[in-house]
Amino acid sequence: MAWESRHVSALAEVHEAATDRRLNMIEAINEALAIMLERDPDVIVMGEDVGYFGGVFRATAGLQERFGKNRVFDTPISECGIIAAAVGMGAYGLRPVPEIQFADYIYPGLDQLISEAARLRYRSAGEFIAPMTVRSPFGGGIFGGQTHSQSPEAIFTHVAGLKTVIPATPHDAKGLLIAAIEDNDPVIFFEPKRIYNGPFSGYYDKPVEPWKRHPDSAVPEGYYRVPLGKARTVREGEALTVLAYGTMVHVAEAVCRAKGVDADILDLRTLVPLDIEAIEASVRKTGRCLIVHEATRTSGFGAELSALVTERCFYHLEAPVERVTGFDTPYPHSLEWAYFPGPIRIGEAIDKILSE
Amino acid sequence: MAKGPELPARKGANTPGLSLHVPEPRFRPGDAVDFGHVDVGAPGRLSRPEESCHPRELHEHAYGLVRVLGDDNRAHGPWDPRLDADTLRAMLGHMALTRAFDERMFRGQRQGKTSFYMKCTGEEATSISAAMALAADDMVFPSYRQQGILIVRGYPLVEMINQIYSNKGDKLKGRQLPIMYSSREKSFFTISGNLATQTPQAVGWAMASAIKGDSRIAATWVGEGSTAEGDFHSACTFATVYNAPVILNVVNNQWAISSFSGFAGSERTTFAARALGYGLAGLRVDGNDALACYAAERWAANRARANAGPTLIEFFTYRAEGHSTSDDPAQYRSATEGSDWPLGDPINRLKNHLIAIGEWDEDRQAAMDREAAEKVRATTKEAEANGILGHGLHHPFRTMFEDVFEDLPWHLKEQAQQAVKEREIKWPGSLDT
Repeated sequence: MAWESRHVSALAEVHEAATDRRLNMIEAINEALAIMLERDPDVIVMGEDVGYFGGVFRATAGLQERFGKNRVFDTPISECGIIAAAVGMGAYGLRPVPEIQFADYIYPGLDQLISEAARLRYRSAGEFIAPMTVRSPFGGGIFGGQTHSQSPEAIFTHVAGLKTVIPATPHDAKGLLIAAIEDNDPVIFFEPKRIYNGPFSGYYDKPVEPWKRHPDSAVPEGYYRVPLGKARTVREGEALTVLAYGTMVHVAEAVCRAKGVDADILDLRTLVPLDIEAIEASVRKTGRCLIVHEATRTSGFGAELSALVTERCFYHLEAPVERVTGFDTPYPHSLEWAYFPGPIRIGEAIDKILSE
Repeated sequence: MAKGPELPARKGANTPGLSLHVPEPRFRPGDAVDFGHVDVGAPGRLSRPEESCHPRELHEHAYGLVRVLGDDNRAHGPWDPRLDADTLRAMLGHMALTRAFDERMFRGQRQGKTSFYMKCTGEEATSISAAMALAADDMVFPSYRQQGILIVRGYPLVEMINQIYSNKGDKLKGRQLPIMYSSREKSFFTISGNLATQTPQAVGWAMASAIKGDSRIAATWVGEGSTAEGDFHSACTFATVYNAPVILNVVNNQWAISSFSGFAGSERTTFAARALGYGLAGLRVDGNDALACYAAERWAANRARANAGPTLIEFFTYRAEGHSTSDDPAQYRSATEGSDWPLGDPINRLKNHLIAIGEWDEDRQAAMDREAAEKVRATTKEAEANGILGHGLHHPFRTMFEDVFEDLPWHLKEQAQQAVKEREIKWPGSLDT
């Protein structure tokens, strides 16, 4: 079977009706926010620069004008205060959707996320919950240097009580964000900013490809959900399993395409809860597993995935599980592409797995 | 050891060397105590500005002390809340019950019935009088020493003790350290145990109430030591930016475990004065004066409810006992500080006031104290029927995995199976109920 013909569109999974509407990821996120503000009067959107200005990445453009300053508003530059206010609003009964302008800035809010939001339901035995969705652009590839490029997802997957969601396409960004906002648990929603405007192949020296040529930029109008905890099969194959999320889904897919490798590529979509069934089914089928993430390697989410695959699929494995990740350094500015786990690093790992 | 960077030779040798100031409390164990440096001002001296006033009109109120009850046991000045005798007796009753409860629970911990307890002895007015000045459905975000709020709001004592014992009757399923209560029904937010986190949360709740056009306000309590946390700065900033209908109560009881209030900045300014820089209304109040506590909290509640803005109240009080059952204050402070405290004891002062106005007497006080002790004793027995900590009558093992998320994901289902299996190995054949 030809490589391209085995790409599985997310649309086919979730929707009967195909659509010709093409949105980039920002537009899809903006639409999801607008739909939820419209549907649920308890949804509020807040964050630094999200109001009149519409956000530094334009994700909230037009929302304040449409829904008013009581529903969409700017906040002080205080991630601690933003998350804490969202905890209080959730206790009141609202469904806040705070934005943290860059994932790199989320750390002042960590105590409120880890010690408070994540444990509110548990410590109060269900009397109080924190139904918030914390949106935050993450990942590198835009020359953001060490303070605008990080991928801190593993900090959050390590915390009991938090869900972590990372979309890889405009279609999923909209459906997952709606599902996250409707979820009654706190959700960390990391948006891979490198692919806001187009699916990045990892070949940074080639022209950017816009979303409109990608099948998963077809975004239906109106309300729909992509359920949390369900991975997406990007491409079906037999040679090896690739587990990835966010930007790296597209990079891994491009490398496999370029090498003509018949890979079974899973876009995990949510790290907690994780679609373990899809992972096990794929690895049992292929017997080989490559894990790709942009975050630093040591104690990264790839370590968790590698352990799970080894624990649960060991007797199906024909080669050691491989991880391709960012290096264990801060994200350097000028050497961004040397840090980035690009086609060379991924290609080498694939060769190694297939040679066993 | 790795070699660090080389320090440069000291420049400017003809100027005095810099010196670091590390705060030190005035009195340590064995020292004679003299609180002559504490200026408590005269009761009734400070004006009572309009509740809608600009915060800058409260300069004196942030540095001075709002007081009502004088040494003559009479109420003085414009802050007298003019409460009727029944309300005053109810206030006294709540305070007596809280103190009796604290005594019994402290003893229970010493008897091995639970792991931990915290008294609020000497600080009863800062929660009880304040809570009485709020509406019953105003949302409170307490710290860990405001059990008086639950007493005022009529939360069943037996529920409090079940929680303290982490027994099978504990509505929080034995998950929380003793005294970290939660009661949605009584508009009492789940107590964290992490310090000051509740202060910006209270502001968020108040913002939500304002967004919805509600009439309920929020109030939060934090210790003076915890005002050093960044969360407190976030709370003050958000409160003032959004003009949130919230009251930020700072209970300045002088001690944060063994660190005196100087480590939160009290050597240079008052905690109420922090309000001025933010543009919040700031009141510094005699925290052992039940009438002043009530009056200040009511002033702030009226202000918040009228959309006139948030208030920061410093209750100037004294932690008469240790930080908790795990603490021995004799190790770090003079034993006579409590008895020498210039503002006395809040229960005695309110009792003496009621006697002075002819609405109370020592016999009735003694009867009330006996009744409170008996009520606590009987309720303790009732709670003990549900078990005490570590004696098997806890919640089932599987409940450990509930409420992490709304639904149980696969990994927690697997881990729950493991826990139940371990239980079966340890106690074969017994049911996990």
